[in-house]
Amino acid sequence: MTGTLSSPTAQELTPDELLEAYRTMRTIRAFEERVHDEFAGGDIPGFVHLYAGEEASATGVCSHLDDRDAIASTHRGHGHCIAKGVEVKPMMAEIYGKLTGSCHGKGGSMHIADLSKGMLGANGIVGGGPPLICGRALASQKRGDGGVGVAFFGDGASNQGTTLESLNLATIWNLPAIFVAENNGYAEATSSSWSVATDDIADRAAAFGMPGVIVDGFDFFAVHEAAGEAVARARAGGGPTLIEVKFTRYYGHFEGDQQLYRADEVAHARENLDCLKRFRARVTADGQLDAAQLDRIDADVAALIEEAVAEAKAAPKPGADDLLTDVYVSY
Amino acid sequence: MARTITYREAINEAIAQEMARDERVIVMGEDNVGGTGSPGEMDAWGGVLGVTKGLYGRFPDRVMDTPISESAFVGAAIGAATGGLRPVVELMFIDFMGVCFDQIFNQAAKFRYMFGGRAVTPVVIRTMWGAGLRAAAQHSQSLLPVFTHIPGLKVAAPSNPYDAKGLLIQAIRDDDPVIFAEHKMLYDTSGDVPEDSYALPFGEADVRREGDDVTIVAIGRMVGTALEAADELAGSGISAAVVDPRTTSPLDLDTILELVEDSGRLVVVDESNPRCSLASDIGAQVAQEAFGALRAPIQLVTGPHTPVPFADSLEDLFIPDASRVAAAVKTAVDWTK
Ligand SMILES: Cc1ncc(C[n+]2csc(CCOP(=O)(O)OP(=O)(O)O)c2C)c(N)n1
Ligand SMILES: [Mg+2]
Repeated sequence: MTGTLSSPTAQELTPDELLEAYRTMRTIRAFEERVHDEFAGGDIPGFVHLYAGEEASATGVCSHLDDRDAIASTHRGHGHCIAKGVEVKPMMAEIYGKLTGSCHGKGGSMHIADLSKGMLGANGIVGGGPPLICGRALASQKRGDGGVGVAFFGDGASNQGTTLESLNLATIWNLPAIFVAENNGYAEATSSSWSVATDDIADRAAAFGMPGVIVDGFDFFAVHEAAGEAVARARAGGGPTLIEVKFTRYYGHFEGDQQLYRADEVAHARENLDCLKRFRARVTADGQLDAAQLDRIDADVAALIEEAVAEAKAAPKPGADDLLTDVYVSY
Repeated sequence: MARTITYREAINEAIAQEMARDERVIVMGEDNVGGTGSPGEMDAWGGVLGVTKGLYGRFPDRVMDTPISESAFVGAAIGAATGGLRPVVELMFIDFMGVCFDQIFNQAAKFRYMFGGRAVTPVVIRTMWGAGLRAAAQHSQSLLPVFTHIPGLKVAAPSNPYDAKGLLIQAIRDDDPVIFAEHKMLYDTSGDVPEDSYALPFGEADVRREGDDVTIVAIGRMVGTALEAADELAGSGISAAVVDPRTTSPLDLDTILELVEDSGRLVVVDESNPRCSLASDIGAQVAQEAFGALRAPIQLVTGPHTPVPFADSLEDLFIPDASRVAAAVKTAVDWTK
């Protein structure tokens, strides 16, 4: 992992930007912890994969993006959604399969999307996102709007042919694309140290003729800086970048996973590496923000999540009239 | 000696017995062991729903985890089959066939014909299919019609633990590529299964229930649904036969035709989407071969022409249930020209 020394980026962020980044990370954490509890209580159906521990990646990358830009996500998509501006209440309702959900209950946790926000969807197919992002980057390139596409994918997905083909395509078309390999150490129960043939996923960038960087995924500032460079290069016509973000996930692969394949790395990470704790320590030590400002955000977020769950539970389910709609635009 | 075990255990036992009998049998798939390279236990998963659990302990050299590279490892299993092994490769959810379909339908399925009958490709591709787990559009499809469509592939879809064991043993011994489709909602169902090894021949339907008024053909989980409907119908004086084809390729059309010749009515129940489905295929073949025997239009009970929805309220409407089957039977029985 790269170090956690002060990076220049930290100084460039305004207090408002720092507060915004903190709010995003806190919202993701609180959302995921609540979904974890609700799932354990038996209230949430289906497969749910939580992003807790990985907040700095989505937040550090998406803080550089605007409405021109699109992201593709994974099965572990809640954090990417929140960081790209998808509203929390419809997200929660979607996870409960309600009509008020982001996808009217048709998608669920694995398919939350908001095309109006440039969020192309969580994805149930590992490796489904990178080709789509080549296409979004191509569309921006052809329109000349300066937009970029970002594909988030896991260490497991880094071994998928679709991902590797996309890296090649992005370079030969000089696409404004950023590939963010979120290496949390595991694909399900399988270690990335075994499944990835090179030492690091970022090593593969050289084979595809693009820059590759490794960042400490528990450090918002490190991610922010690396992503800033990649986004600026892409917007300026300098082509794609591969960023490998290293960290670990706090929960199981999916909710219900017994995690017998793990050591006790989570306790260590929560205690010593946690992105929220480190963010807090750093911005308060620098005197950029004071703790009370951050506490207020924590309280706001807690209230928002509470409301989101209450409203989701109370919302109506889709019914027979909804079953056959939305298959085509016209038929 | 038969004892009661689950569908999951029956599948596991079939693989274990074949591995013990034949050293050429290898098993591979994502987390089929679970824990490779990780700091904790090996065999931590034994497959995403625990079907291959314990195999690694008994056959450590022949049970392999794979990276998430379906084209490469499903293709490798196919290649290994041409090289003398008998791989049982897992394509976790059938929906993921999209990632590796070339290796299955342009490679495995075509070798024998394309190479003038000289190739044998004894590979088994195990995969989970079907709706009901609230797993949404990319983890709930049937897709059996897609595989059934392709000459060169065999397709087995057991509806109960006894068939699961016998059909899987046959699949492993079979010299052709077999898609072995395990319905994910059946893993925890149990039934009597002999301890000894046995193979059930492909292309032999099982008449699960006799009946004179109507013939119901059902596949996979829908066999149970059809039996439930038949019970219900018996209460209203309608006697329904229920047939489980067990393999959709080869298909035992003869048994279905014999029953329809007697009953004059056919209902086909298939949770696939309706267009180009198993239901439309079986219905069309019966219409062509037994038109004269039919006393009512063939009734097809399928999922709607939509992806599988997430919300439980919608998914329950998607999946055919016993009342829809019973209603279709009544339509056929009440039909007058
Ligand atoms: C094509 C495909 N293969 C397999 C799966 C099953 N699956 C879902 S998530 C996952 C592991 C993904 O690992 P990684 O890419 O590292 O992402 P992480 O879960 O660690 O965020 C697997 C194998 C899938 N959904 N799609
Ligand atoms: Mg991973």
